[in-house]
Formats: sequence, structure tokens, C-alpha cells
Amino acid sequence: MSEPTFTLDGREIPFAAGQSVMQAALAAGVFVPHLCYHPEFRPHGSCKLCTMKINGRHATSCTTPAAAGLEVESDTPEIQDKRRTLLQMLLVEGNHFCPSCEKSGECKLQALGYELGVLTPHFNLLYPDRPVDASHPDVLLDFNRCILCELCVRASAEVDKKSVFALAGRGIRKHLIVNAESGKLGDTDFALTDKAAQVCPVGVILPKKCGFCVPIGQRRFDAAPISQHVDEFKPVAIPGERA
Amino acid sequence: MNAPLPRRKLRVATTSLAGCFGCHMSFLDIDERLLDLLELVEFDRSPLTDIKHCGTRGPCDIGIIEGGVCNAENVHVLQEFRRNCKILVALGACAVNGGLPAQRNHLDLRDILATVYQTEAGLAQGTQIPNDPELPLPLNQVHPIHEVVKVDYFLPGCPPPADAIWKFLTDLIAGRTPQLGHGLIHYD
Repeated sequence: MSEPTFTLDGREIPFAAGQSVMQAALAAGVFVPHLCYHPEFRPHGSCKLCTMKINGRHATSCTTPAAAGLEVESDTPEIQDKRRTLLQMLLVEGNHFCPSCEKSGECKLQALGYELGVLTPHFNLLYPDRPVDASHPDVLLDFNRCILCELCVRASAEVDKKSVFALAGRGIRKHLIVNAESGKLGDTDFALTDKAAQVCPVGVILPKKCGFCVPIGQRRFDAAPISQHVDEFKPVAIPGERA
Repeated sequence: MNAPLPRRKLRVATTSLAGCFGCHMSFLDIDERLLDLLELVEFDRSPLTDIKHCGTRGPCDIGIIEGGVCNAENVHVLQEFRRNCKILVALGACAVNGGLPAQRNHLDLRDILATVYQTEAGLAQGTQIPNDPELPLPLNQVHPIHEVVKVDYFLPGCPPPADAIWKFLTDLIAGRTPQLGHGLIHYD
């Protein structure tokens, strides 16, 4: 029996049972913009950047199960416009001052801005003032760049079993917090080797003592745009999930 | 160069508001291509000409703004450019999103001035916050220019590379929508 397929921008995409539309697309080598998705974690569906038109309705492709015969649109002017708007809203909500950010060149938010041609934040900037947390000997937290993807929350709870991070508040006041009475990272058992220290797509969780250690031109997204890194995002077995 | 010659030279005005002139320096980094550009454009108000006001010698086709808006004079200059330029371009990080000067936005302006002119170590005795009426008053916050006037094109970068400025201008002058692509669009 041949593999079931769905249609993505006119191309037949095969999929395995249990895969999402996004996982099948990535496995087939089609880049899908994303921030809250990580191949080693269950889909979150919060950043909305992977939104596609699936059988005529907008849906996050990371949470939509692949099914035979689906008609999916992703790389269309309409969908790409919506993704640009989402990126612009993220850019104005935080303080994304790239020239002073150590994550510049490695940042997925920035790389997606380049990929989709975001030339202006368009909206009025909020310039949040969230104090940085430098209390940990090895790690710096700059909350002004947080996009609330919860990857560190998930990594710390599910992989590290430490639950160091959480989101608090609602709506525009939602923010990342540290699970310690003082609220300081230095008062937790967080370690640089934790999975949670490796997954931040932007410049919130930064290792100390190696700022700007990769020269401009040699950083992750300098040589090739993020869409050519599609192999890094292909689905893998999620720890603790049934295969 | 591929661009067809326009019927007349386009008038281009440039200025730096709350910027460091780094974007203008990057513009000069187009090097000898500046001579090709001068076949197509003539400069109106710009640090390159020392013309003081944009529009006094006729309307401009392209206005290029470096820097955000940090004081009252910046607002007037920006509005003068908008009034007199058919196409207004935000050049560089500060014009696009406020950039470095906007990093003061969460601080109180009075506290900043007091720190810089009164309480900072190493100041000459009797140093006071400047209050000469000739000086433009600073705004409470630094704004990217699209928060003050309509902007037609944005070219990010700190500074945008010379090749990006060249590609942008030659596309624009040739009547194409500027297309930058990987390597030419960056935010840092």
C-alpha cells in the first residue's frame, strides 16, 4: 500500500501515522516558519507562525494531524503576510535591539524576520522594562526578549525535571518567571548543561563568559537563511512519547 | 548598472536625526559607485551638500532619514522632509525602531539629564543641565520615524551594508520595488 499524502502548495507530501502537517512538511524538506516548535518537544501551538490554510481554514500546522487528501496552503502571499504581522507584533512587544544582543545571528526570531522580509516593526514599540537577572554564575536572563514560547518551561519540567521556569500573568501582562522564592535564577538548581539552557529561540537565556564569541559572518544564520536549515528541524522521537 | 536613465536627475535629500552618522558612512561606502549614482541623482539637503533646508530648491523625489526622533528639532526636520519628498526612506536601525538612543525609553528623562550633567563622576564643578533656548528640547522618549510621519520604505541594519543601500537605491531609481534578500537585510 502506498503512503498516504496530502497536498501542500500543490506538492504531494507523504506522512506517517501520528505526524502533524508541519512534521510531515519538514520531513519532506519544506521549511515551515516556527518559534515555539522544537522537534524534541510536543507541539505547543502558541506562536502561530506555522499557521497554514488547511482545507480553507487557518490552523497551526504543528497541532493539526496530517490526514490523507488535505489541501494545504503555506507559501502564499496571504499566509506569509499574516506571518510577517505576527513577527512584527513580537518585535514591538519585547525589546529586540539586535545590535547589542549576543544571540544576534543565532536568533530564530531575527532569522525569520530576514526570511520573510520584515523591514519594519510597523506597530508602535512598547519598549518594556523588565530587569535582567544576572544572579546565576553561568547564565544571564534578559526577559525583555521573551516571546513566551514556553520552550524553557517545557524543557525544564519535562527533560530536566526541575521546573525552573513558568509563565505568570495573563494577556499583555503575561511574563516569564523563575521558580524560586526570591524569583532569582541564582537561587534555583538551574545549570548551564540543562536542556532548558539550550532551547531558547531568542536571546533570553544566555551563557555568561562567551558573549559575542562567534564572529559576524560565522554565526548560525549568517551563511544560509533559516529556510536552508530545514534538516535541523526534522521530526525526531519525542522523549516520553509513544513511537 | 542596469537601471535605465531617468528623464531628469532625481533630487535626493538625506539627514541624520537621532543617529550617529554611521548610516551615512555606510552610504559613502558604496565608494566609486557614488559616481554612478551622481549620474542619476542630485543631492538636495544633505551633509554632503550643506544645503540647510529640504525643498527650498524645488520638491525632492527621495528623502533618506537616518536616526530616530529624540527632540523637537528632529520632529520639525522630519516633517519638513515628509512635506517635500515624494518618497521617504527610513535608513538604519534607529530610524526603523529607535535603535540605541531608544534604549533610554524606560528611564525618566529628568533622571538621565541629572545623572549625565550633575551627579556623574568626573564632571567639572558647577556643571548644570544645559538650558540654552537655542537647544532643542529632548522628548520624553525616542521614537522610530514611522511613529511620527508616514514612511514609504524601510532599510534596517546597524548600519545597513553599503551593498544593501546600493541595491535599494538602484532598485528604487529604476522603478522596481527594492528586493534585498539574504545577507543584505539584517537588524544588527
